[in-house]
Amino acid sequence: MFPRIVYESFRCQARRKLLAGIAITLGVAVATAMIAVATDIGDKINRELRSYGANLVVTPQEDTLDVEVGGVNLKPPSDGAFLNEADLPKIRGTFWHHNIVGFSPMLPVTVKIGHGSGAKDVTLVGTYFNKALRFGKEDFTTGVRITHPWWEVEGEGKCGDGRLARPGRVEDSPAACGWPDDNSQNILVGERLAAKLGKKPGDTLEISGRQLTISGILSTGAAEDDQIVAPLALAQQILGKPGAVRRVYVSALTKPPDALSVRDPKAMTPEVYDRWYCSPYVESIAYQLQEAIPHSHAEQIRQVAQNEGTVLSRIKGLMLLITLAALLASALAVSAAMATAIYERRVEVGLMKALGAGDLAVSAIFFAEALLLALVGGVVGFSAGALLAHQIGRSIFSSQISIEPVLFPIIIAIAVFVTFAGSAAAIRRAVKFDPVFALRGEG
Amino acid sequence: MTTSNTPGTLLTPKQVADRRAQASHTSPCVSMFARMLLRAAVLRRRRAASALLAMIVAAAVATTMMNLYVDVQAKLRTEFRNYGANVVIVGKDGQSLPADALAKIESVLGPKTLAVPFSYAVARTQDGQSVVVVGTDFARARQLNHWWKVSHWPSAPNEALVGMRAAAVINPKASPNRQPFELTFQGKAIELAPAGMLQTGAGEDSRIYLDQSEFQNWTGIAPSAIEIAANGTAAEVETSIRQLAQLLPAADIRPVRQIMEGEANVLSKTRATLYASATLVVLTSALCVLATLIGWVFDRRRDFAIMKALGASEHLVNGFFAAEAAALGVVGAILGFFIGIGVAAWIGRVNFHAPVVPRFSVFPYVLAGSVAVALISAILPIELLRRVQPAIILRGE
Repeated sequence: MFPRIVYESFRCQARRKLLAGIAITLGVAVATAMIAVATDIGDKINRELRSYGANLVVTPQEDTLDVEVGGVNLKPPSDGAFLNEADLPKIRGTFWHHNIVGFSPMLPVTVKIGHGSGAKDVTLVGTYFNKALRFGKEDFTTGVRITHPWWEVEGEGKCGDGRLARPGRVEDSPAACGWPDDNSQNILVGERLAAKLGKKPGDTLEISGRQLTISGILSTGAAEDDQIVAPLALAQQILGKPGAVRRVYVSALTKPPDALSVRDPKAMTPEVYDRWYCSPYVESIAYQLQEAIPHSHAEQIRQVAQNEGTVLSRIKGLMLLITLAALLASALAVSAAMATAIYERRVEVGLMKALGAGDLAVSAIFFAEALLLALVGGVVGFSAGALLAHQIGRSIFSSQISIEPVLFPIIIAIAVFVTFAGSAAAIRRAVKFDPVFALRGEG
Repeated sequence: MTTSNTPGTLLTPKQVADRRAQASHTSPCVSMFARMLLRAAVLRRRRAASALLAMIVAAAVATTMMNLYVDVQAKLRTEFRNYGANVVIVGKDGQSLPADALAKIESVLGPKTLAVPFSYAVARTQDGQSVVVVGTDFARARQLNHWWKVSHWPSAPNEALVGMRAAAVINPKASPNRQPFELTFQGKAIELAPAGMLQTGAGEDSRIYLDQSEFQNWTGIAPSAIEIAANGTAAEVETSIRQLAQLLPAADIRPVRQIMEGEANVLSKTRATLYASATLVVLTSALCVLATLIGWVFDRRRDFAIMKALGASEHLVNGFFAAEAAALGVVGAILGFFIGIGVAAWIGRVNFHAPVVPRFSVFPYVLAGSVAVALISAILPIELLRRVQPAIILRGE
């Protein structure tokens, strides 16, 4: 009898059930999408914050002072210590290697441009542009195109082999000719230096007896605008020190600092140390970089590292509060729809009670109906919400927003709970209502 | 009230029709209309209250979201200013800037803009090492560069701020050393006391910072760079750069691309997420109102049937329900607006430690939206009921 009543109720009042079902589905969809976005937003914004560039720098332990004013290096070129280029792929072997977005070695060399009295000192920086490397069995590419996304190369039309330059994302133009190849003898010239020298892409520049082709003009808004940027191997040849690297910029995804992150690892108990070591704080990643690269000193770049924590926590907090608002709004929508659907059926309740049904039996029918609606609405809504989150991820961050499978039972439980809570008051009122009045149609 | 009827006396259908024929908006008719609206609200308090509650929640949520959407971008921009200067002014070819450059910059960008002068020289330590010495205004630099980790800012004359790595060079024996040290620049020596240590992880670590006036007395070098944290949107910063370029033709004005592009990137992503979420939340709450109001109007199909049975025209009945819905929308919008402003301010305080400024320009949109949703949810059921004979509704079928 009980299943039949519920079944008939769905069959005969399909329109009303549909209305309540739609409300639940939409409510659950919005809640799912918002929860998915809010849980993933930290990671997404963290990646976007990498557009501020590297947040760690690795230098030789026994380094001398940098003597640099306005982008011109005044330090004797062979002075000081170097890191070994062969050690760099080991960065991929650290504990948090998945969090390391990329790294770029730098080797500044002072070179002379021009002849005789017109000769002037210019800094040439050797680096990776988009270098293919291998660590263990893993192939990866890294370089300034990942760690310094604001660097822009104007190829100014055709250059070198005659193809059009396409400045922009690494994926869009794997071999764009504006950016030199890491194994070539081509260079980039900073825009202010290029204007001073009157050079344009495709021209050659004589540096230390080598004729080098300018493949593009580099614009960075910083010291590099007055410098020359070349593949690392070329800079090492000019300096005469194969395998030498002055410093390495590392761009890593980090966790905002908290009370644990700033503690001194040497003074920690083993358990606290393990927790610290296994958290992606900028301090612990620096510590692991130091372990990976011999005779090195890793330091956070405070301008980038210190601020991203605040920005990240602000945006995460904001999304959390908005998600709460969304959950509240969808819970209210579901409750309102359920209350309306039940309120309309007072006559039915009156009839059932007149026929001798107890309060419990009547409530059971309504709750069974609510449960069915919540389950169906929950499943459909969850899928729709997952789709919505996917769309948001694709269109805003051009990457996936992953939905944790553990979210599914939670969402369904919330849907059932909210539907029950929304129905409870209305069911109580419907049950309390005098059947005589209900049947007379007064109420 | 100017009514010709004693309260409680109902008009016959003919009288109603006559009155309407005479003038549609004579006072008795209007007062009757108002009374019906009022009685409807009072007699069905509970249902009216739940409809109003839904309306208030929706209006409050919409107000909160709109307020946040506008204000959060400004709030985030202030957070992004903690990344430091986004515009740098340097003298062309390493020349010093004119002495009045700082005053000029402040006159253009307003006193709230942070502009910090820097001047550079390469001096020698006692054992002949080269070290970069920078003259600056400590009070301003402290405000601009929040990320500088400084153990103690210099306050007394001849005190210097020494970078981590520079400290190791001038005093290799012990790191927290407050021994005075000597620097020479073109034969002129100066004795300095290290006030504190500076740690940034970048080039600053290799430098020694001095007060600008002491630096200038010692080296005779005037500031060659001014770093500016220009406020506002990307377009506003562009305008500032153009104004500065006109003002200081002898200088090179460069936006700091690393900071500007990073900010633009993060801000646009956040804005888009916020927009998507705000749309979802506002739509959900509109749905909530729709569901509640449709139920409310459906519930009153008896009133509707009685009115029609008594001879009310379709216009009058529609007008009645529409007016009721509109009144609900207006009251809900006003109450919801103030609650929403409160919630937005609270979110601002909790998340950004600064209240969100209430934006009254949002109110017309909230009002129009509320009334529109209320009207739609009133008209939908009315359209359905119109086709039904009043007798059938009154019989309770």
